[in-house]
Amino acid sequence: MLGPVVAGLWGTFLPAFGHLPAAGITGPSLDPFRDLFDWAGLPRAMMLSVMTGLIATGVSLLIVMLVTAGWSGTRPFRLLERLLSPLLSVPHAAAAFGLAFLIAPSGWLSRLVSPGLTGWDRPPDLLIVQDSWGLTMTAGLIIKEVPFLLLITLAALGQTDAQRSVAISQALGYGRLTGWLKTVFPRVYAQIRPPIYVVLAYSMSVVDVAVILGPNTPPSLSVQIVKWMSDPDLAMRLEGAAGALLQLLLVIGALALWRLGEIVAGIIGRRWIMAGRRGRFDAVTAQVALGLGTACALAVLLGVVVLTIWSFAGYWGFPDALPDQLTWRNWMRHGPGTLEALGETALIASVVALAALILTIGCLEAEYRYGLHISQRGIWLLYLPLLIPQTAFLPGLQTLMLGVGADVGRGPVMLAHLVFVLPYVFLSLADPFRAWDTRMGTIATALRASPNGVLWRVRLPMLLRPVLTALAVGLAVSVGQYLPTLLIGGGRVATLTTEAVALASGGDRRAIGVYGLMQTGAALVPFAMALLVPAMVWRNRKGLRHG
Amino acid sequence: MDKGLALRDVTISKDGTPLLSVDHDIKPGEVLTVMGPSGVGKSTLLAFITGTLAPDFNASGSVWLDGQDITNAAPHKRRVGILFQDDLLFPHLSVGANLAFGLQSGGSAAARLAKTDEALEEVGLAGFAHRDPATLSGGQKARVALMRMLLSEPCALLLDEPFSRLDAALRAQVRDMVFDRARARSLPVLMVTHDPDDARAAGGAIMTLGEN
Repeated sequence: MLGPVVAGLWGTFLPAFGHLPAAGITGPSLDPFRDLFDWAGLPRAMMLSVMTGLIATGVSLLIVMLVTAGWSGTRPFRLLERLLSPLLSVPHAAAAFGLAFLIAPSGWLSRLVSPGLTGWDRPPDLLIVQDSWGLTMTAGLIIKEVPFLLLITLAALGQTDAQRSVAISQALGYGRLTGWLKTVFPRVYAQIRPPIYVVLAYSMSVVDVAVILGPNTPPSLSVQIVKWMSDPDLAMRLEGAAGALLQLLLVIGALALWRLGEIVAGIIGRRWIMAGRRGRFDAVTAQVALGLGTACALAVLLGVVVLTIWSFAGYWGFPDALPDQLTWRNWMRHGPGTLEALGETALIASVVALAALILTIGCLEAEYRYGLHISQRGIWLLYLPLLIPQTAFLPGLQTLMLGVGADVGRGPVMLAHLVFVLPYVFLSLADPFRAWDTRMGTIATALRASPNGVLWRVRLPMLLRPVLTALAVGLAVSVGQYLPTLLIGGGRVATLTTEAVALASGGDRRAIGVYGLMQTGAALVPFAMALLVPAMVWRNRKGLRHG
Repeated sequence: MDKGLALRDVTISKDGTPLLSVDHDIKPGEVLTVMGPSGVGKSTLLAFITGTLAPDFNASGSVWLDGQDITNAAPHKRRVGILFQDDLLFPHLSVGANLAFGLQSGGSAAARLAKTDEALEEVGLAGFAHRDPATLSGGQKARVALMRMLLSEPCALLLDEPFSRLDAALRAQVRDMVFDRARARSLPVLMVTHDPDDARAAGGAIMTLGEN
């Protein structure tokens, strides 16, 4: 999977130094960088990229850690846990639209309290969505990263003996939250570090959320790169490539800065532990954290609700909390278009997710049969395609493909999706697959089942739920892909995501509602199936109900 | 042809440290009990015989079953049956399907059904074929696991602390049943345990590991 990444980076590197034979330009030269640095919006765009990345990652991590510290093992925590996979599967673009429809001056929240509380009978003249500081965009990232980090943290908690550590520290007089932070957090953090780096790199270079919620003048660096890359003037690609290289450097710099922050936090943390304070503000902190976590969950959920309302809305004047009438008209108008996009989305997602699942099972089964172990370094290799910003290597990949005359279209888009889908499918299935009791395999072998027989007749049926969940993860990741579809598809592959994001500038809320809801459904339905199918197939098998 | 299970100069080591060495013949219908505290590699010996030894162990010597060297045979072709302390019934299959999984392939569906039903009847579980294994009691599960193993017609039986999860009353009953069936089929049995009662009930040779 590193092949496309390396090729893409190479394809970015050459034009960035003025070498693009396809456009009749040969280098090397520094002109693309000169053009780039001449762009007046650059400092602002760079700052937006760095700040949104660091703030979104930091705040999400803080919320997740404090919620877990204060509440893990309690009833509210379990409720949050249960909301997790549906929240996680809502695509970034749909969540971003939902947030916009909630908090815009004319959004649902303002409608709900107007004119009663505010006295507004027309939307206030405030720039909330697409604010020039990128705050809304950061918020949009946070509400999606919190469920992701929480899920990762839950997986890590299973291997840390957290409960007993907290019990011991509570017996020593520490508050629940302080005790958790001092005893469990260091172990958990060591395990969730790779996904945190992924979140940082992703937040810095995200395009679809930035198009929907981010500022326009100037946009964030990644959005500008995509604009350059889609310019009909091939020469603009040089500037775009230079920008992509700068984006890569920014991400590497931010990762280094984060690493430095880890070291400093480690030093401070050790002092804090040595000081032996028992935690005086635990209760308040835990309440605030739970409030913030709930707010994130609600933002995504209510966002989907308001998308749904808009998709059925007839006339909906400003301060009204609900539309005057509900109608099928929007669905009649946009339905055929969404169905076509749904077909394309489903075809790409199914092929990619299935391929990723087969590769993953092949890897894990080989690991089991031949007694191989994947080292910590191997794990980082798996995360690498997720750490390199998409804007840094996808434009290069596109340029390379144009250069060799390869056809843009569905096949290459699938390959590009696979690069991003495979790591998630692998990470989703690896733990349950390895946790399977291998004595089951020994027994089946002693009953004269061949290795393939053990896999097909015992292991995979027993792992039906995690296998289907991994497949659903793969489908959801593929459904949500924006940039690979746009760039590698050469604008000719129209999925629900590319169509929905394309609607952002138009501001037709009814159309966005229809497309956003379809996109959410395309990602959510597989998760529902992954829960329902095993429950039905194994309805008479108690031993598999909690597995 | 030498009937029975023979371990010839078997030595197993890990990271260069020898764990155990065994040289012993088990005749058909006889039981060899291997005792010793946990961690001396009793289960490792069984893994070597079934062919599922983890790659970080080194083993030398050979395993002979009914006159054939099976040391390097594929695990599923060795005809060595094994029972663990957990029943390890396949949770996705019904009781009957678990038995059919063990039953040698071939024969008509009706004949296979007759054989699994017969096996259930033999251990007093007639009519249990369609049950979910998770709904059975500990003793019932142990009986199904035993019959599943016997239906695969093994030529030797390995027992890995097979009775330690059962409570005292049930233990003697299941133990007698296992040894009776093994003797009736003239199977050589190798049992690993840390319970002296098990060793006494087995009535065969006793080997103690970890005391040399």
